[in-house]
Amino acid sequence: MYPTEQLMRLEFPSRPDRLKILRCTIQCAAEMVGCRSDTANQIVIAVNEACMNIIQHAYEGDPNGRILVEISQTERQLRFQLTDSGKPVDLARIRPRDLNDIRPGGLGVHLISEIMDAVEYRRSADGKENLLAMLKGIA
Amino acid sequence: MEYEIKKQDKFTIVLLKGDVDLYYSPGAREAILEHLNKKQNVLVDLSQVTYIDSSGVASLVEGYQMAKDHELEFGLVGASDAAINVLQLARLDKVFPIYGSVAERLSRGD
Repeated sequence: MYPTEQLMRLEFPSRPDRLKILRCTIQCAAEMVGCRSDTANQIVIAVNEACMNIIQHAYEGDPNGRILVEISQTERQLRFQLTDSGKPVDLARIRPRDLNDIRPGGLGVHLISEIMDAVEYRRSADGKENLLAMLKGIA
Repeated sequence: MEYEIKKQDKFTIVLLKGDVDLYYSPGAREAILEHLNKKQNVLVDLSQVTYIDSSGVASLVEGYQMAKDHELEFGLVGASDAAINVLQLARLDKVFPIYGSVAERLSRGD
């Protein structure tokens, strides 16, 4: 078991125009810990999609919500913990859609599960927050 | 959303620029659908796209489907690495007609 080191925490409002800052930060963090640029690009896609889902579904477009992104690393993995206090996520409805069904929307969950090595959604113990943990190997 | 519209041959070319994300994709969607609604064949030029998320991809899928419904032509041209990466992850790279450039599509005739 390798020690876990927290790299950073970023808290921002649930506004689409803040996602660019998130993407730049995630790209830098991933490259800084030794990810190749193609891996870093993919991590950016997954974390961006997860935050989009929070903006669109948990906060239903309300720009006054808060999104907390915490990034930590072990020797071989990056861990992203996302926290929001929006509407509870219906865990039964989170599944990648059938890609043969060509339609707009519903791609975000597929992109996240395609890119990340492990994804776990849960509700906080006090029932007030959605927690999403994502793991990706440093490569 | 920064974009340019050009007419070339029988196509309206929608050149998208920069990050086509949740903030900017509504503008991209509007630009694409507006021309399809006018019964124009549309090529979306992705050569200057630096990032595209699932909302941007959804705009392309919507355009593709609307074109199909109206029996119009819809295609993507010059997809940047950032764009093609997301299209491949979404397994849509085999769904859209994708051309290297506008000239490549025009050279095919019809």
